Amino acid sequence: MTRPATTETPEQTDGQRATVPTQRGGRRKPPLSENKKAERKLGLLLCAPAALVMIAVTAYPIIYSVWLSLQRFDLRFPDQREFIGLENYVTVLTNEFWWTAFGVTMLITVVTVAVELVLGMGLAIIMHRTIIGRGLVRTSALIPYGIVTVVAAFSWRYAWTPGTGYLADLFSDGAPLTERASSLAIIMLAEIWKTTPFMALLLMAGLALVPEDLLKAASTDGATAWQKFTKVMLPVMKPAILVALLFRTLDAFRVFDNIFVLTAGGNETSSVSMLAYNNLIRGLNLGIGSTMSVLIFITVAIIAFVFVKLFGTAAPGSDDGERR
Amino acid sequence: MTDPETARHRRRPVVRLGAAAATLALVAPLAACGADDAGGPPTINLYYPPEQNLQKVVDDCNAQAQGRYEIAYRVLPRQADDQRVQMVRRLAAEDSGMDLLGLDVTWTQEFASADWIREWTGQDKAEVEQGTLAGPLDTARYEDKLYAAPKNTNVQLLWYRKDLVPQPPTTWDQMIGAAQQLKDQGKPYQVLTMGAQYEGLVVLYNTLAESAGGKILSDDGKKAVMDDGTVRALEQLKKFATSGVTSPSFSNATEDPVRLEFQSGSGAFQVNWPFVYPALQEANPELAKQVGWARIPGIDEGTPSKVTIGGVNLAVSSYSKHPEQTFEAARCIRSAEHQKFSAINDGVPPTIEAVFDDPEMTEAYPMKDTILEELKEPATRPLTPAYQSISTVMSAILSPPSGIRPQQTADELRGAIADALQSKGVLP
Repeated sequence: MTRPATTETPEQTDGQRATVPTQRGGRRKPPLSENKKAERKLGLLLCAPAALVMIAVTAYPIIYSVWLSLQRFDLRFPDQREFIGLENYVTVLTNEFWWTAFGVTMLITVVTVAVELVLGMGLAIIMHRTIIGRGLVRTSALIPYGIVTVVAAFSWRYAWTPGTGYLADLFSDGAPLTERASSLAIIMLAEIWKTTPFMALLLMAGLALVPEDLLKAASTDGATAWQKFTKVMLPVMKPAILVALLFRTLDAFRVFDNIFVLTAGGNETSSVSMLAYNNLIRGLNLGIGSTMSVLIFITVAIIAFVFVKLFGTAAPGSDDGERR
Repeated sequence: MTDPETARHRRRPVVRLGAAAATLALVAPLAACGADDAGGPPTINLYYPPEQNLQKVVDDCNAQAQGRYEIAYRVLPRQADDQRVQMVRRLAAEDSGMDLLGLDVTWTQEFASADWIREWTGQDKAEVEQGTLAGPLDTARYEDKLYAAPKNTNVQLLWYRKDLVPQPPTTWDQMIGAAQQLKDQGKPYQVLTMGAQYEGLVVLYNTLAESAGGKILSDDGKKAVMDDGTVRALEQLKKFATSGVTSPSFSNATEDPVRLEFQSGSGAFQVNWPFVYPALQEANPELAKQVGWARIPGIDEGTPSKVTIGGVNLAVSSYSKHPEQTFEAARCIRSAEHQKFSAINDGVPPTIEAVFDDPEMTEAYPMKDTILEELKEPATRPLTPAYQSISTVMSAILSPPSGIRPQQTADELRGAIADALQSKGVLP
């Protein structure tokens, strides 16, 4: 039995099941009972080890990157390391390569996520409604997601290279990976092929939330299939869709491996991650490279903020939905 | 129904075994790495680009060492960029598992400046400097100290069709004119060379700039100059790209496609490395009979060209645990006898001048005199730790060559090179 999430009044649980660990944390209005306080404390203690590990493995590198981004630090000129404040940020943000890469990344993000949403929804409905061989259908739909990205990218690269490939002569007799527009199209295609199953998986979980009764009731009222989809399914699925979009947008924005293998960033097809790699690892310029990493981090944080605050996406782990 | 508890217990030993095996599998290679000094001669790990017959040289050196050391040839990836990335990543992490490094001539200053390679001094240095050509030796120096030993060098030549062109041209303008005449006569006319956005385009431009007497960097390598000579070289490059004598794929061409195009017979001229000659003899022996070679044309009548040199330098890692033996191993690998062997078997021109006079070289290297002539008045690419960044921005700005606007492009290059020298350049 599922219920759409409702906001529950505190009195309902407070006192009523005081000895049972509550299923809800956060957003409680004081005052708290003694029991609650003890529970809260226990909860914090139980979380502490995980939180400490997270701080150790993520906070330190992030802070170190920020510190590096404020210096002229080039491995090739070890004697000339100095603190230069925000100069690296000025350098990067006034550089055309950065904005070209930013535009490319945004384009890839918007196009792939939009296409994946549509395709993933279709795939999710198929997987959800399959009666015969359900396991087989679901497994085969997930294969692209199971293949290591780099391996898949290599097979795409050979497929689109004249001489070795079966796709290269499909549209023109040139080499599609040497032209900007066709390279970008191929990169996006590879991304979509790879992550549509993941989108479908998240959306299928959302489909499971749609109660059959609602659909039956809609049928009784004479709704067409399309109406049922837009008026019943989508509103109920909204939280699941938003979570899927958030995950994919953050993932897509950090696109790297497909580009690395397919074009290595040639012909202005670099994403921001590719650019950061080129400046950090190939260019040995820790200052500029870290600056780019920090900027990518900030952009990702902004995207997540927009989704959570403006579209009302349930942040993963928060308690707007019912836990079962 | 089995009780899940017992089932889990029954499975556990297997899981343990598996885990133990996995751990062993992970640790075993590490143990093998560390075991190198447990008695026996020290292993010298030579990290070097793929070279077909280098293993024979290494075996010979190991025999000569009589147990003082044992060189192990670890083959680097085929792509230059991948080679460099592997080495810099490991050196930045102070990896002691690399002893001897085969560096492209353009990386030597970078590695020296980053304190990743040792200076050559005393007897080692004297031996390397003796009889070695000045151009290759310059590529191994940084701030007047020697940081590497030139193992082999390389230089491009002009290959031309003797049946179409009676006399090889001595300037680029002559060559363009000759090609246009052939075009009007309906004969094969193209001048084929590398113009894609990569190192090869920088090499082409550097040859033109040096031939015109231009300076890209100041002599101390600290400032971007881009004087009049370099602007004239830009004019020449643009003229060449827009005069209708290049291949349609010029702005996308790299070494091997250029070689194949010339082999197919559509070109009258080709500017390329010496490796094209043996390949041509194998693929198209009829055409090979018609092909001659000459020094690459210059810019001005009466001023011979200065041609950009390539090649590989041997450097000793700062983190090597056996520096003495490594220096010795490096000297052995680049000895005159081994350079001759590599030149004949792998087609890499030697850096010791005396090797060119060896009668055995004549047969394998019919073009050796032209190569030596170019090597004696060479052009080096800008010698600076920031070369890799400079090369990347230069190839980006120079590409496509038909879009060059000489004065503006020169100013753009000057700014980008100055930024790269200040670690302010952003790589695309």
